[in-house]
Amino acid sequence: MLGLTPDEWIAIELSLRIAVVATLVALPFGLAIAWLLARKDFWGKSLLDGLVHLPLVLPPVVTGYLLLIWFGRKGPIGAFLDHAFGIVLAFRWTGAVLSCGVMGFPLLVRAVRLSIEAIDRRLEDAASTLGASRAWVFATVTLPLALPGVIAGMVLCFAKALGEFGATITFVSNIPGETQTLSAAIYTLTNVPGGDAAAGRLVLVAIAISLAALIVSEWFARRAGLRLHGE
Amino acid sequence: MIPKKPAPDLIRGGYRFSEKDHAQTMSSSVMTIRSEVKSSRLSVLAVDVEKRLGDFHLAAKFAVAGGATGLFGPSGSGKSTIANLIAGLIKPDRGHIALDDTVLFDAASHTDVPAHRRCVGYVFQEGRLFPHLTVRRNLDYGRWMSGHARDAAATGRIVDLLDLGHLLDRRPGKLSGGERQRVAVGRALLMQPRLLLLDEPLASLDTARKREILPYLLRLRDEGNVPMLYVSHLAEEVRRIATQVVLIADGHVAAQGGLELLDQGADRLA
Repeated sequence: MLGLTPDEWIAIELSLRIAVVATLVALPFGLAIAWLLARKDFWGKSLLDGLVHLPLVLPPVVTGYLLLIWFGRKGPIGAFLDHAFGIVLAFRWTGAVLSCGVMGFPLLVRAVRLSIEAIDRRLEDAASTLGASRAWVFATVTLPLALPGVIAGMVLCFAKALGEFGATITFVSNIPGETQTLSAAIYTLTNVPGGDAAAGRLVLVAIAISLAALIVSEWFARRAGLRLHGE
Repeated sequence: MIPKKPAPDLIRGGYRFSEKDHAQTMSSSVMTIRSEVKSSRLSVLAVDVEKRLGDFHLAAKFAVAGGATGLFGPSGSGKSTIANLIAGLIKPDRGHIALDDTVLFDAASHTDVPAHRRCVGYVFQEGRLFPHLTVRRNLDYGRWMSGHARDAAATGRIVDLLDLGHLLDRRPGKLSGGERQRVAVGRALLMQPRLLLLDEPLASLDTARKREILPYLLRLRDEGNVPMLYVSHLAEEVRRIATQVVLIADGHVAAQGGLELLDQGADRLA
């Protein structure tokens, strides 16, 4: 189909799966941390803010290496996950989910935080005088009003996860069928004599997926925006 | 998670004031009002709070019986702060707030009922309708959050009282300023509040819109059966709506009494 080999399809399917799962797993954490940063003052807030943004400014290889040290089979967190739950991340696609999620996380938190900060707090006050506890205020007022920002953040996170290369290849390597994503497959093909045609096909696929993600998110954001502005 | 409110009959029905609760903190005027309303079965709001906000220092002490009370004073005198303290949106530094025999805030006993459990309806100057919900869902929000069963009769009464029938399926963005304030009043009423705070509800409206909404507020005062605290810096508004007045100046209660205070108000505040 489309002149793609089965191996190439596997890389595409793997990339999509990793990016989607990474975005969905990052979402609840991203919402919680964005809300904390937007609405609360607490000790260590700048530290948390810095920590969240670290993957954005660190060389991706450094992030991947740190993940390998902590989440590898011998790493403190990796060993615990292995013993306690039988979960192994290193050199598995689930590890790629972790590295892609970590790399996309700051983009998600940033977009959601900005949209929560833009919400009139007085609406949240009004909700609480109407009997809504803090959790209900979030679920019925804050989250729906922040929805365009949440969608934007999810798309950014998805796009980052789809294109993530440095941290992923450092943490889980480049194993065809397990951790070889679209980006890693293109990188491998460019190092192989005669790989140009295959690399070109995958590049087109990457462009198509990214464009599709943008269009779908625009559509969602417009619908959410219309709902907010009284249609 | 969902707060349970006492049934309306319990709120408005036979009162047994537990005098020992606040006897020490209550002024004699509060006690007088309390003994008066015992027989007339009206609500009592007792406020004695202090709050420092930057350079501004608020120290207000007053008590009101049921009916409509005007909280009157110039802009910046602390009227809205008092409303926010009563609603639980800001916390007093010191003091005591009680509604009927329920203590909402008491610094001495570390009582601080959160805003969402206070059952105090609040109509804000800017309406603060939820832009993502239709008028119907806005009106229904308080009931939804409190977990009450849907009461079509009660909703119908309020929708009729405020003439909201033709607006139910619109979103707040498509409403005029006057319509928005009427929905805000309806939304606060439908949560079955024990007290209704109205903070300059007409201030964002032009004269024509004010004239449009005033009759509804008067109907609400006469038929609504909810004690009202009407915050305004305009004597003529307070005169139209209130039956008693608390005069606020510079963070303090300057006087409390009948509508005649509004005439002296200008001199006192000057």
